[in-house]
Amino acid sequence: MSELSVDHLLGIKYLQEKDIQLIFETADHFKEVINRPIKKVPSLRDITIANLFFENSTRTKLSFELAEKRLSADVINFSAGQSSVKKGETLIDTVNNILSMKVDMVVMRHPNPGAGVFLSKHVKANIINAGDGAHEHPTQALLDSYSIREKLGDVAGKNVVIVGDILHSRVALSNIYALKLQGANVMVCGPKTLLPKYIADLGVKVETNLRKALQWCDVANMLRVQNERMDISYFPSTREYTQQFGVNKELLNSLNKEITIMHPGPINRGVEITSDVADSKQAIILDQVENGVAVRMAVIYLLASKIKQ
Amino acid sequence: MSQKVLLNAKAINIILHRLACQLIENHKDFSNTVLIGIQPRGKFLANRLAEMLRTEYKIKDLKIGYLDITFYRDDFRRGDKIHEANTTNIDFVVENKKVVFIDDVLYTGRSIRAALTAIQSFGRPTEIELLTLIDRRFSRHLPIQPNYRGRQVDAINKEKVKVNWKENDKEDAVYLISN
Repeated sequence: MSELSVDHLLGIKYLQEKDIQLIFETADHFKEVINRPIKKVPSLRDITIANLFFENSTRTKLSFELAEKRLSADVINFSAGQSSVKKGETLIDTVNNILSMKVDMVVMRHPNPGAGVFLSKHVKANIINAGDGAHEHPTQALLDSYSIREKLGDVAGKNVVIVGDILHSRVALSNIYALKLQGANVMVCGPKTLLPKYIADLGVKVETNLRKALQWCDVANMLRVQNERMDISYFPSTREYTQQFGVNKELLNSLNKEITIMHPGPINRGVEITSDVADSKQAIILDQVENGVAVRMAVIYLLASKIKQ
Repeated sequence: MSQKVLLNAKAINIILHRLACQLIENHKDFSNTVLIGIQPRGKFLANRLAEMLRTEYKIKDLKIGYLDITFYRDDFRRGDKIHEANTTNIDFVVENKKVVFIDDVLYTGRSIRAALTAIQSFGRPTEIELLTLIDRRFSRHLPIQPNYRGRQVDAINKEKVKVNWKENDKEDAVYLISN
């Protein structure tokens, strides 16, 4: 088995366990590559990739762009802010226009859930979902699992709690799928208002007490409160949220074990995580960023290998 | 399918000794030379030679690394087969060093072409040489020739040369396989 079972990476939901293992094994090789004096391989020199970002992003966009350039692909960038989308062009038209310029692969972030799936049915190109609304963010979940595997040796059997704004988080959903697929135990923890009603149907534990959740887990993945997606108030105040669901050094020291702290970024220091925790050696936040490039290189490489000449 | 033994364990051992001596003639104490086994199959030959140089020829501080060329191949997306990557392990700089590439069979020369590109990621060697156990003459696609060859073989393209190593395949032997 050395081929992915899918032609697009639209979500973790569409992947099999062996796909994830293949991506991780390939990422191991790319991690070695990006630590060389010259961090570039020529594999994708005849592939052109368009990064279409219909929603703001710093980390993910840079990470994808770097991964593409490390593989020697040609890269074109597009941000919705400066485009004809504002002039009323439809998504399919926009993408087909870009594909007419002979583009092989599309990396897309879009505010609407399902945008990637929709696009994959209507255009001829391999699609990588870089986040679609509150739906999925598959490469983030892959790099999170990859970082757990790197830190703890294995994902299977580990207890992972995802803390915070589960309702608006694409990172949470993709992580739940990815972790369950690899045999980890998953718990979500947050204010009741930010936990989707039927989340337990995905086979995850639900907890509203952060201390109990941390006591149970090996890894805590802290999510940011997505104020930009909230049209109403979900909790009384940021201060109260921090008191109930923010991690600080005191809380971690009071546990009888050392847990690993993750965060997909961007961090709101002092809200979901204090600075002394974010900068401690328990936190693998910057390792996640490094692994992000290797994992995205693996995904792009494996999907590109399915594009026939 | 028929197969013919080209080299048995004894013959391979004699050849390895000769190759080791030829390397010593050119590289003396190996203080400025590194051995690079080309993954996946060149690793076994590189290990065997390194072991021989260390124990029987008393070479100290011999540096050996392994280079994977998967991401440098010129046939990505061109065949039906997808190539699986192997581990690259070069924990020294090759800048201003003499590099000896080691592979079991030299056939079209394309792997070595890829290796020449790949090694540049680790610096600029002063010199690169090539050592192969089997040199399949008349089948080259590129102007690449070995500096050290174990045995020259004239095989037609449909035939396959398979090198077995005790560590991996239970015996030391070289076979010519034809369908």
